[in-house]
Amino acid sequence: MTGPLNIFDKPNSYIGRSVSRPEAQRLIEGRGQYVDDLQLPRMVHAAFARSPYAHAKIININKSEAEKLPGVVAIFDGADFVDHVSPYVGTLTHLQGLRSPPQMPLAIDTARWQGEPVVMVVAQSRAIAEDACALIDIEFEPLEAVCDAETALELDSPVIHDEYENNRAWERIVDSGNVDDAFARDDVTVVERTFNFARHTGVTLEPRASVVEFNPSENALTYHYSGQAPHMMQAILSKILNLHEENIRVIAKDVGGSFGIKIHLYGDELATAAAAKILKRPVKFVADRNESFVSDIHARDHRVKGRIAVAQSGEIAALEIDDLTGIGPYSMYPRSSGIECNQVLNLTGAPYAIENYRAKGTIVFQNKNMMCQYRAVGHPIAMAVADGLLESAAHEINMDVVEIRRKNLFRDNNYPVTTAAGMKLDDLSHQKALEKLVSFMDYDGLRKDQVGAREQGVYRGIGFVSMVEVTNPSPMFYGIGGAPISAQDGATVRLDAAGALHVSSSITEQGQGTNTIIAQIAAGVFGVDMDRVKVTTGDTATTPYGGGTWASRGAGIGGEAVLLASNALKEQVLEVAGVILQSSAENLDIEHGLVVDSENRTERISLGDLGKIVYYRGNELPSDVTPELIATRHFRVTDIPFVFTNGAMAAHVEVDIETGLVKVLDFWAVEDCGRVINPKLVDEQIRGGVVQGIGGAFYEECIYSDDGQLQNASMADYLVPMAAEMPDIHIAHIETPTKTSVLGAKGAGEAGTGGAPAALMNAVNDALRPLNTSIYQMPMTPQRILKAQGTV
Amino acid sequence: MGQTENITLTVNDEQVTESVPVRLNLVDFLRNNLGLTGSHVGCEHGVCGACTLEVDGVMVRGCLMLAVQADGSSITTIEGLGENQRAADLQDAFKRNNSLQCGYCTPGMMASALEYVETIRNPDRDAIREHLSGNYCRCTGYQSIVDAVLEVVEERAKR
Ligand code: FES
Ligand code: FES
Repeated sequence: MTGPLNIFDKPNSYIGRSVSRPEAQRLIEGRGQYVDDLQLPRMVHAAFARSPYAHAKIININKSEAEKLPGVVAIFDGADFVDHVSPYVGTLTHLQGLRSPPQMPLAIDTARWQGEPVVMVVAQSRAIAEDACALIDIEFEPLEAVCDAETALELDSPVIHDEYENNRAWERIVDSGNVDDAFARDDVTVVERTFNFARHTGVTLEPRASVVEFNPSENALTYHYSGQAPHMMQAILSKILNLHEENIRVIAKDVGGSFGIKIHLYGDELATAAAAKILKRPVKFVADRNESFVSDIHARDHRVKGRIAVAQSGEIAALEIDDLTGIGPYSMYPRSSGIECNQVLNLTGAPYAIENYRAKGTIVFQNKNMMCQYRAVGHPIAMAVADGLLESAAHEINMDVVEIRRKNLFRDNNYPVTTAAGMKLDDLSHQKALEKLVSFMDYDGLRKDQVGAREQGVYRGIGFVSMVEVTNPSPMFYGIGGAPISAQDGATVRLDAAGALHVSSSITEQGQGTNTIIAQIAAGVFGVDMDRVKVTTGDTATTPYGGGTWASRGAGIGGEAVLLASNALKEQVLEVAGVILQSSAENLDIEHGLVVDSENRTERISLGDLGKIVYYRGNELPSDVTPELIATRHFRVTDIPFVFTNGAMAAHVEVDIETGLVKVLDFWAVEDCGRVINPKLVDEQIRGGVVQGIGGAFYEECIYSDDGQLQNASMADYLVPMAAEMPDIHIAHIETPTKTSVLGAKGAGEAGTGGAPAALMNAVNDALRPLNTSIYQMPMTPQRILKAQGTV
Repeated sequence: MGQTENITLTVNDEQVTESVPVRLNLVDFLRNNLGLTGSHVGCEHGVCGACTLEVDGVMVRGCLMLAVQADGSSITTIEGLGENQRAADLQDAFKRNNSLQCGYCTPGMMASALEYVETIRNPDRDAIREHLSGNYCRCTGYQSIVDAVLEVVEERAKR
């Protein structure tokens, strides 16, 4: 038997190697299979008439002109789905007190955000469906819209839901230690700031897309899904459409980016499934870019008041935050819209040994598009608030920003620890990461350069963040709260008659390289070359049950299941080989597709020959030998709610104080995501994440008018990072494997997005310091930077 | 719906004659009428670059051109590039550098990158970044794409 100890340094291990992704060639040749590429017989196309108002009564819907248009197949309004769809509520029981009214796929009686789907048209082509939407006459009576989260709780504010007395959705308080006493100490310096984080959204380059087929003879529904969590969708559709779960098949092939956007239940997609069931023919819905902006979930939109007390020694005496966020008119189903605020409370200050911490979170309803979990949920806010306050405080007490971190970061040799907010941390390396960063970036050299630049009238700044990232979540994230979201994942590994390995796994691929790392783990642990491994993901009919890919869990949880299953299969194969070779399994090993002598590594039998004996010539085996050349294993994290990672990042920026434009000169990240399975893929995850963080810090904002109109719902008006403005991003690793698994891998996909905004904000403020001004509002647009200087 | 017109054009070296609605744009025509789904649609208003393809030797936005405007022209899509070897080195460089994640931007990105390595050829990272700024990629952060293009520019210069 092969113990865990030698998995990583076996001669044909792929773990730790930057192998290229096998599917890249297919995508490069234009042979991807995205949902919109699918053409099915009798397929019809959906388009939606959406509310032009943020808040309005629907008085009347006149479909008659649209119905006359040739090519229109069916038109549904909200009431038409009542008999086909059960309402759903986006709350989780462990977010105690979170409330949200039931939702339906289309608005009924009242529309509560601009972009909410009101009428669905199904037609022979998308173009005809859109023409018909334009012919539908919906009479609205506009109502006063609640847009500003700050005023949503005022007594004279209109209330969005009649069944509630006000617009509060949830409130949570964390109070640990003695915060008031600590702030009152006479030896501390107190710094207070208000931070604003704009709404932004994921802008997946492939818009949300679904094709749904229904087979009435078997009462079976097939959902072609562009998303991250097939089994979650299966469970949800079963419940809401009243179909047996086993009769629902969810298939996710190539997905053109997701980032947390495509992991929720959207009314228009549910309507597509319901329409397919009612019409008994395939229905396709692909959001156009305008629809994406007004209906893909938004994220962030937090106003955080924070204060920190530090002693002259640099020690953080206390930290207090007050977070207010608006989530749109409902809490999103099934993950709820409470998680981001919850994470802000959980994570602010989490890298630091802080005894006295108080945090209040308030979530309100508003008449804007719904908010939910997008990449790095809560992290950019928590990190920017804590590290923004910390760097401000460092300057107040005249201490270097690295030094103050050294004083407060948890010691590397002292884990496990529990943070002030109750988060259990283990196997982290904050201090080591910071030191590595400082030397990697040549901090001293940059500080010298900064002084020189300032003498030339050039404003450069350096900013840091020390961060944690929530990865590999246990059932404590969602399952505990009643959501049909699995925290465990499974892998089945099978040896075929030709000696090749087939792996099917419940985690999913959206470009991260999921399928590649699955193949790397299986090939290395079992002992075949990687080109003999076939990986299947993204299909509820053919993969074991599991959560999918979200919260940076694919490698850590799904990868461990692959490791366990490959190990189990290896034991089974060696047992059979022992019988065939009249040797004992202990004396055999598998390498490059061959069963070898474990001592002298010589070939005993190839896996292909072994497979042929087992599958074709079983007569050669003793009758009491019943080989199973297939193994399935599942894995979940049990001892702790999340496996945290840590990282340290730094940004070097130059602010043009005349124009307010910021150039990111350089960016460095030192990341500890445990065992790295494929360094290239991990680095690229971090780079892509950092660039999304740069987007949040400088460009991305869903700009709403006071009456709730999204004013920049096009790619031309909503800015995302483009190649020209992006820096090269330098990455280094520390590997502290998690003890929760043999593989030891933690997640890495969200770190960049979670950490970069804090480092960038600190860098901009460092650059602006000689001007005695600062900015705590993201995105840090040129206009806001000029405003901070008082120039405009 | 509405008015239709007959068009005849060459797509990836094959002659095609189709009757198309005059309002149909080129990328939808290629995807839906010809099944060439390699060209992608990210915005339909000329910003994201996902639909970039070659018409008569020039890289254009397939979403900003009507199918009827392509009458008589010669088009190369990502599928065509996959077969004709013109971009083989670029494809290899994209694979080596992991210059794609979800792959949705990739067909358009490859088209713009090919334009760069064939016509601009300046081995300068900033110039490459500038040239690729009409192609959005939401996944990679661009650095690996710049690396790939630079490698190919340098390799081709040696030939
Ligand atoms: S789809 Fe043509 S530029 Fe975006
Ligand atoms: S690889 Fe996903 S958009 Fe570029």
